[in-house]
Amino acid sequence: MTTVAVKPATMAQALTRALRDAMAADPAVHVMGEDVGTLGGVFRVTDGLAKEFGETRCTDTPLAEAGILGTAVGMAMYGLRPVVEMQFDAFAYPAFEQLISHVSRMRNRTRGRMPLPITVRVPYGGGIGGVEHHSDSSEAYYMATPGLHVVTPATVADAYGLLRRAIASDDPVVFLEPKRLYWSKDTWNPEHPTDVEPIGRAVVRRTGRSASLITYGPSVPVCLEAAEAAQAEGWDLEVVDLRSLVPFDDETVCASVRRTGRAVVVHESGGFGGPGGEIAARVTERCFHHLEAPVLRVAGFDIPYPPPMLERHHLPGVDRILDAVARLQWEAEG
Amino acid sequence: MTVMEQRGAYRPSPPPAWQPRTDPAPLLPDERPYRVLGTESAAKADPELLRRLYTQLVRGRRYNAQATALTKQGRLAVYPSSTGQEACEVAAALALEERDWLFPSYRDTLAVIARGVDPVEALTLLRGDWHTGYDPYAHRVAPLSTPLATQLPHAVGLAHAARLKGDDVVALAMVGDGGTSEGDFHEALNFAAVWQAPVVFLVQNNGFAISVPLAKQTAAPSLAHKAVGYGMPGRLVDGNDAAAVHEVLADAVRRAREGGGPTLVEAVTYRIDAHTNADDATRYRGDTEVDTWRDHDPILLLERELTDRGLLDEDTVRRAREDAETMAADLRERMNRDPEPDPMHLFDQVYAEATTQLREQRALLRAELEAEQQDQEGGHR
Repeated sequence: MTTVAVKPATMAQALTRALRDAMAADPAVHVMGEDVGTLGGVFRVTDGLAKEFGETRCTDTPLAEAGILGTAVGMAMYGLRPVVEMQFDAFAYPAFEQLISHVSRMRNRTRGRMPLPITVRVPYGGGIGGVEHHSDSSEAYYMATPGLHVVTPATVADAYGLLRRAIASDDPVVFLEPKRLYWSKDTWNPEHPTDVEPIGRAVVRRTGRSASLITYGPSVPVCLEAAEAAQAEGWDLEVVDLRSLVPFDDETVCASVRRTGRAVVVHESGGFGGPGGEIAARVTERCFHHLEAPVLRVAGFDIPYPPPMLERHHLPGVDRILDAVARLQWEAEG
Repeated sequence: MTVMEQRGAYRPSPPPAWQPRTDPAPLLPDERPYRVLGTESAAKADPELLRRLYTQLVRGRRYNAQATALTKQGRLAVYPSSTGQEACEVAAALALEERDWLFPSYRDTLAVIARGVDPVEALTLLRGDWHTGYDPYAHRVAPLSTPLATQLPHAVGLAHAARLKGDDVVALAMVGDGGTSEGDFHEALNFAAVWQAPVVFLVQNNGFAISVPLAKQTAAPSLAHKAVGYGMPGRLVDGNDAAAVHEVLADAVRRAREGGGPTLVEAVTYRIDAHTNADDATRYRGDTEVDTWRDHDPILLLERELTDRGLLDEDTVRRAREDAETMAADLRERMNRDPEPDPMHLFDQVYAEATTQLREQRALLRAELEAEQQDQEGGHR
């Protein structure tokens, strides 16, 4: 009996594979954006696609994000399935009007007659030493817009599975790719990629009994690291990876919090008006009688994203997470 | 070897001799808006087409009047009238084949109904019982777009997609003079030219963006001149000359269909009515100006031409008016019925499948409505 040697793959490679497989499976799938063709994208996620499928399937567009998304809307109206790349989080802002005024609501305003199956890929978040405007966590803006799905993978396998799900979705999906996990590796076999659950399902990455860390995207590995370190303090932390911010999986999140009785929400996005406020409110509304302490948040500061030499102070790290866990009113138990 | 010689040895190769990438001369618009009616070109126009245009103009004007009346009766939330601009509206629809697509802005309901959309469904947005009342695929008419110029890149993308699929479909996108200041106008024209997409942009320059005159909107020689910067032809046409607008648009559509790429058409016209029924135009313009344009009315111009050439008999005029009155009566009758939008539909089609959160919210509203109904029934007892 022979076994297939499974080599480590990066998240970027898994994303490339997902795009390739989606394009091979469905001729309606078109990749478009800045530098996605000849160059293969600044993060090389579209590497080789133009060569394999031709430049009409993987298109270098003019440098104009509203134009990219706006033309993708027209292409979707005509039955194509565009996958748009916004080069960086903060470069996606010119496309906001198209996203909010058309992409998110075309299905609803036409009573379902004109759905727009568009995937908007956005590399997001910090931790890669990017200069100004290259490290934003813009998920709260997208979450606040009804009609969009907002998805973000934290593992190599999820990157593949979720992107395939996003492209196959008949709804528009904002697919947030954690930049600093692009080069994270995992044993993953591109020849036998595993499917993931439909968009909207969170997953418990680590089971624990003491408290739940509720997180997503780039903060998932940080929370897993914090959970390991917490063992020394006698805390057995559970880590919930949301995977999808919209739709939000109240069921998995609340089941976890009911088990542990304590919760900390962790994300890079600013705390004020950030996703954590919504999550904390939902958990409190649903799990109040199971809670031993208020739901806490560990988030980025409420500042414009800092310059690279200072970003480590801004990003939620293991220590800040453990400090929050320590504030979960453990003394009340004794 | 001197330092200078060394530098010379390492000098990069000289840049290639610069030259324009496209010859701008053929892209330039005429100096004066192109006209057909009242000129020698009119003799070449198809009399049957002119009579069709005439009938549609009369119908369009009646539609504008009826819709404006419906706002006064509280049957429409708002109506942006295109009175004075009927030639552009009608010619845009008539220049297209059935398989083509129209991308209207909010003032273009006339073009929408001229494509065959039910006049009541075209007004759903403005009545307020839903957003888009018609099926965009039934007559290949995109939803009326309120955010300015945002529908233009859609037209480019659709035309591009059609060409990729091998269909000879053309998209015609409508925008106003104010809309040309928006970034999406610029991006759409640029994408269209780069991709050589089969799309025609029709700018109706009606003189005003609500209250702001064109002089405060642009310093360009004309809006048609903007085409040159993108590498596509710009055409300037008298927007009140239905025959001229139709000819210019039909040429542009033909050119696009044959693979010649996009065209920008500026039709010079005038908004006779205020921006909408909610606007007061006397705050920013005088009656004299409006009267000057009334003398250059699109129906008047066409009627004069047809009459002078003996192409308009009393029967045609009578039938055009009757057709318009029938349409108006039907519109009145159907718009005077109270629409009953179902609140439960609010949660439909936000997504292909409602999320748990939306199902919860739908249940909440249903409970509220049931309680409301019980209260009302209790009150009647």
